[in-house]
Amino acid sequence: MLTVRDLHAYYGKSHILQGVDLDVGTNEIVSILGRNGVGRSTTLKAIMGDPAPQGDIVFKDRPIAGFKPHDIARAGIGYVPEERAIFPSLTVEQNLLLGLKPGQKEGRWSVDETWRLFPQLRDRADAPGGALSGGEQQMLTICRTLMGDPDLIMIDEPTEGLAPQMVERIGELLQEIAKRGISILLVEQRLVIAMRVSHRVYVMGHGRMVFDGTPDELMANEKIRQEWLEV
Amino acid sequence: MLEIGLISTLNGVLFGMLLFLMASGLTVIFSMMGVLNFAHASFYMLGAFFGFEISRHVGFWPGLVIAPVLVGGIGMLVERYGLRTVHKHGHVAELLFTFGLTFIIEELVQMVWGKLAVDYRVPQLLDFPAFTIFSTEYPAFKLFELFISIAIFLALLLVIKRTRVGLVVQASLSHPEMVGMLGHNVDRVFMLVFGVGAGLAAVAGVIAGPALVTQSNMAQSLGPILFVVVVVGGLGSLSGAFVASLLIGLLQTFAVASDASLADVFGELTGNGPLIAYVSDIWNVTVAQLSAVMPYLLLVLILIFRPRGLMGTRET
Repeated sequence: MLTVRDLHAYYGKSHILQGVDLDVGTNEIVSILGRNGVGRSTTLKAIMGDPAPQGDIVFKDRPIAGFKPHDIARAGIGYVPEERAIFPSLTVEQNLLLGLKPGQKEGRWSVDETWRLFPQLRDRADAPGGALSGGEQQMLTICRTLMGDPDLIMIDEPTEGLAPQMVERIGELLQEIAKRGISILLVEQRLVIAMRVSHRVYVMGHGRMVFDGTPDELMANEKIRQEWLEV
Repeated sequence: MLEIGLISTLNGVLFGMLLFLMASGLTVIFSMMGVLNFAHASFYMLGAFFGFEISRHVGFWPGLVIAPVLVGGIGMLVERYGLRTVHKHGHVAELLFTFGLTFIIEELVQMVWGKLAVDYRVPQLLDFPAFTIFSTEYPAFKLFELFISIAIFLALLLVIKRTRVGLVVQASLSHPEMVGMLGHNVDRVFMLVFGVGAGLAAVAGVIAGPALVTQSNMAQSLGPILFVVVVVGGLGSLSGAFVASLLIGLLQTFAVASDASLADVFGELTGNGPLIAYVSDIWNVTVAQLSAVMPYLLLVLILIFRPRGLMGTRET
């Protein structure tokens, strides 16, 4: 579904991505692990077109490198940023509705579906998005992107700063998304969550991938874990 | 006294609404694109001159529609081929670009219409006193200006709050990049907003032109006050811009009408000597004489005591 080859990206003069190779298959959940600052978030952002990517990005047999972010979204890639980017002055429901692309109808995901899974969001449907708790905002931002009916959703650090109970709910939501046949590319700090939900994991170090395999293979590879993951 | 109060209130609200027609565009453009558009008042001036030119050939009323549309179109072109091109060089480049644009527009206006004020007249249909308060006749054209600006304000509010485009614009005020990543063409929204902003400023020009003086320095004299409005209201806040527009409109018209001075408050200075002679000049300055400074005084106070403006969310 998504094929990335020799992806490079820069912020100013710093060379952040130095030849990233990455694949996400249909219905696959893939996680990118690694320490802070190795370029995991930048990988997702470069796939969305900002910072400008250099290299090959092919999505559903179509090269998308050099496209504008909105065209990449329309091609079927959804993106959930680490900072969540809830529109603070708009209501919860308006935030959700903005996930629909121009002229698009609800697809595999809907407002009702969001309310069913997260009754606490329904209760606050008319509250401004900025008034939600961190966990609620995280639910909202993921659901908002799902409203655009992407074939692949890229989620950056969804469990960051959340209470354990909320982390569980995020885990459930990821399974729920996968059930609908939506592929997931996850950047995750918590090894436990990533290992439990993923079909495949990448470990990233200094601007490129240093490991690619199943969660079991990663568990077996102590050298990689020690060198690139453990603090 | 009551008479002055009523007339000043009407004039103040009118001036405030005209300011808002311009400040609304300026503040939305700033929070969406991070561009402080120095050329915004120039669009107002273009509106006035286009309105004048059209009124000479086909009358005032067609001008009221055509001039803003033309200026809006120019605004879109400026965004699409000017701002967007210099955008990659950062905000300083954008700032300099709009700054340069003000000079270009002013020079062009002078080349075509000259430096002197042009004879832009109130349309005959509205050239009569609407009503008389005590002894003052209030011109119908001013009421018309008030009506137009309130109508546009309401329409703007409706579009922003009730339509999908309005939602996208509101969302772009806080996280424009996220709006793009949700599949909305933010570039097009920017262009649209810039065009509509320029068009609104032009409407203000068309309806203010006949009442004030249509001259090639009108952008220069109004521009600074616009920035005061936007900063006092809070950068990026539409409701803030609205409140600040009315506040400054009222402040300035009331100040013009007031001849109070320190002498009225504290009594005449008595005595002799160089110091008294020196101070008595300041002592007898009237509020009216200071009216032009009032907005800037307010600006300074706001910057000291509330740097993010009345309703703004970020520091200016």
